[in-house]
Amino acid sequence: MKEPLKITGAEAILSSLIKENVDTIFGYPGGAIMPIYDKLFDKFHKLKHILVRHEQGAAHAAQAYAMVTGKPGVCFATSGPGATNLITGITNANLDSIPIIFITAQVSSTLLGTDAFQETDMISLSMPVTKWNYQVTKANEIADAIAKAFFFAKTGRPGPVLIDITKDAQNELTEFNYKKIKSIRSYNPKPELKDEDIRTTLLLMQSSKKPLLLAGHGILLANATGQLEAFVNKTKIPVAVTLLGKSAICEDNPYYAGMLGMHGNYAPNVLTNEADLIIAAGMRFDDRVTGDLSRYAKKARIIHIDIDKAELNKNVKADIAIHADIKDFLDEIIPAINYSADKRWLEQFRKLEKIEQEKVIHKECFPENGKIRSGEVINRLSVKTAREAIIVTDVGQNQMMGARYYKYKYPNSLITSGGLGTMGFGLPAAMGAQVGRPDKTVILITGDGGFQMTAQELGTVFQYNLPVKIVIFNNNFLGMVRQWQQLFNNNRYAETNMPTPDFPLIAKAFGIEGAVVKDRAKLDQALDKMLNHNGPHLLEVKIEKEANVFPMIYPGMAVDEIILEP
Amino acid sequence: MKDTYTITAFSENHIGLLNRITIIFTRRHINIESLTVSSTEMKGIHRFTIVVEAEEEQVVKVVNQIEKLTEVLRAEWYLNDDTVYREIALYKIPIDSAIDKNLELVLREFNAHIVDIQNDFVIIENTGHVDDTEKLYDILNPFGILQFVRSGRISISKQKKELSAYLNELPLNEYVKE
Ligand SMILES: Cc1ncc(C[n+]2csc(CCOP(=O)(O)OP(=O)(O)O)c2C)c(N)n1
Repeated sequence: MKEPLKITGAEAILSSLIKENVDTIFGYPGGAIMPIYDKLFDKFHKLKHILVRHEQGAAHAAQAYAMVTGKPGVCFATSGPGATNLITGITNANLDSIPIIFITAQVSSTLLGTDAFQETDMISLSMPVTKWNYQVTKANEIADAIAKAFFFAKTGRPGPVLIDITKDAQNELTEFNYKKIKSIRSYNPKPELKDEDIRTTLLLMQSSKKPLLLAGHGILLANATGQLEAFVNKTKIPVAVTLLGKSAICEDNPYYAGMLGMHGNYAPNVLTNEADLIIAAGMRFDDRVTGDLSRYAKKARIIHIDIDKAELNKNVKADIAIHADIKDFLDEIIPAINYSADKRWLEQFRKLEKIEQEKVIHKECFPENGKIRSGEVINRLSVKTAREAIIVTDVGQNQMMGARYYKYKYPNSLITSGGLGTMGFGLPAAMGAQVGRPDKTVILITGDGGFQMTAQELGTVFQYNLPVKIVIFNNNFLGMVRQWQQLFNNNRYAETNMPTPDFPLIAKAFGIEGAVVKDRAKLDQALDKMLNHNGPHLLEVKIEKEANVFPMIYPGMAVDEIILEP
Repeated sequence: MKDTYTITAFSENHIGLLNRITIIFTRRHINIESLTVSSTEMKGIHRFTIVVEAEEEQVVKVVNQIEKLTEVLRAEWYLNDDTVYREIALYKIPIDSAIDKNLELVLREFNAHIVDIQNDFVIIENTGHVDDTEKLYDILNPFGILQFVRSGRISISKQKKELSAYLNELPLNEYVKE
């Protein structure tokens, strides 16, 4: 009999990825992962590899790539420091439920546990921040491990998974026979929707005068934006979104009620505590959304639908806790709806919106004097790009402004770090978004602080000529922290004041065009130049130094105590 | 109000799972009073029995989080009254004290027995609740305890639907491929 064909473990890894329709990998080589990179050398026609400048960047880029393409991201890193550099990115993906397959190399199995050169116990390190992880020590385990990794990452509540592969397993010969996984008995990614859940929801809706729908990231993850729109149009229930739920519904929708949370909009926060029914769809009542829990939505019955049972009754006790895929739920309930919310309730939102418009939004977007404000920059970008761009933000004031003042139209057009709030997320995420969607304008909104945390990725932007538009709001402060110091620490600006480098010059050093703008009169021109430039462009905008983000729910406040002005 | 809860989880046999489970308790600052891992009537399926002192609300959340783990088939929680539970204790005492005829009375009272006799010591085994273990310890203490060890709790629920029935409904293979 003929010997079956054998390949090395390293090749088996790459072949497995190809079987899972992977075509892009973000990574960084090193000693332990060399066998994989050696095999990759022959497979560049099928697997495009983006060489980042720091492994954290690979993780963030893979996350944004996954968010804009709907495909899982894939990351390679070598053992030891390469692997540990991923941790922030893995954690970020875990908190925001993004499917990423992390492949880290490991020392040879014979050396495990000996403190060998560049050995780290990556399985233990990544355990609290992955949905699943596994150490492969034999080449014949690879196909199964990767099949499981993809299955776990993509299904149910998505999340990052990690496979750690010893160097000897990469070199060992194995037969290769790849089969995708269809089901795993200990894991139920698709909870069964009960008729009773639909019935009771309809019943509670029927008796509700003031219903409010809270749409979270789950809508986007479940690909249920069409269903959400249909539900809202049919029921006329006002719909508010969480930060990660932004872009789950077009902001033109007549029932769109704005963003929830600490720096969200006035109306949905105030009226959360007026509502008599809250339908929470694919969101998790994060503390940034609820404010003081003991005074949150006390007048409302709460229907909470989530695919993750552990989220139900975790922060907010639900009157009806529905363990289901939000898409299934909406698909099932829409045809049965015979209800339409009272128009007067929607008018209450419009009234409060007007107040916010006058007291906050207008001043922020159309200031007539003083220094440039970040809100007006984003508002202009929204107009200039006809709301067609993908906005990526870093963390801090720039993030809140990016979320508030761009008028989102398409699903997954805001890429931001929600649960972890990771400064430095922005630039690498913008790269990943651009790699995933070369057809789109990708605009990064970042701060002078956060940009400097991962600025080395300008090297990657240059190498692959990724035409990302980088807007740095320079306020010479770690703005968001400074805002808190001003509001709560008596203006004691401890270590938040920062001299900044010449950002356009830094861009230039990386071969990227850069410019700076200080005057309102020149802002349009600078933005047009950036947007029309064929290739990456960095624009530093010198903004009002001590501008604050409002409205704001101060820590300890209830949502309806949200403050419009300091 | 805090109470004693027994959490039972059934899982695939996967390296590292124990670690994933204990992380869930550490994150919430819940001390594990006892933990036992054993095989079940179904091949390849393991049973974790975990005893904690906590509030019901916390226990429910923890159980949901355990059940969420990809290798856990099912997790449940019980109050003491809902289960039959036991632990084993072994006591090593010097042979001289063992000849004391009071010892025999003690053993009979507790239904404990001598499982090993050597030249200079005997080993006594007792099965019961935590209280029994502790009471016997106090009684044996004057005899001179050379070594003492107790197991974690094992427990069987009193609920109607047999768990074995649930396990038997499971597919034989851990996973199905396309
Ligand atoms: C890695 C990391 N370190 C620290 C923080 C805490 N933090 C949150 S916002 C912020 C200030 C951000 O300043 P900058 O990047 O200049 O943006 P701005 O708020 O001024 O827009 C800091 C330090 C964080 N979120 N992430």
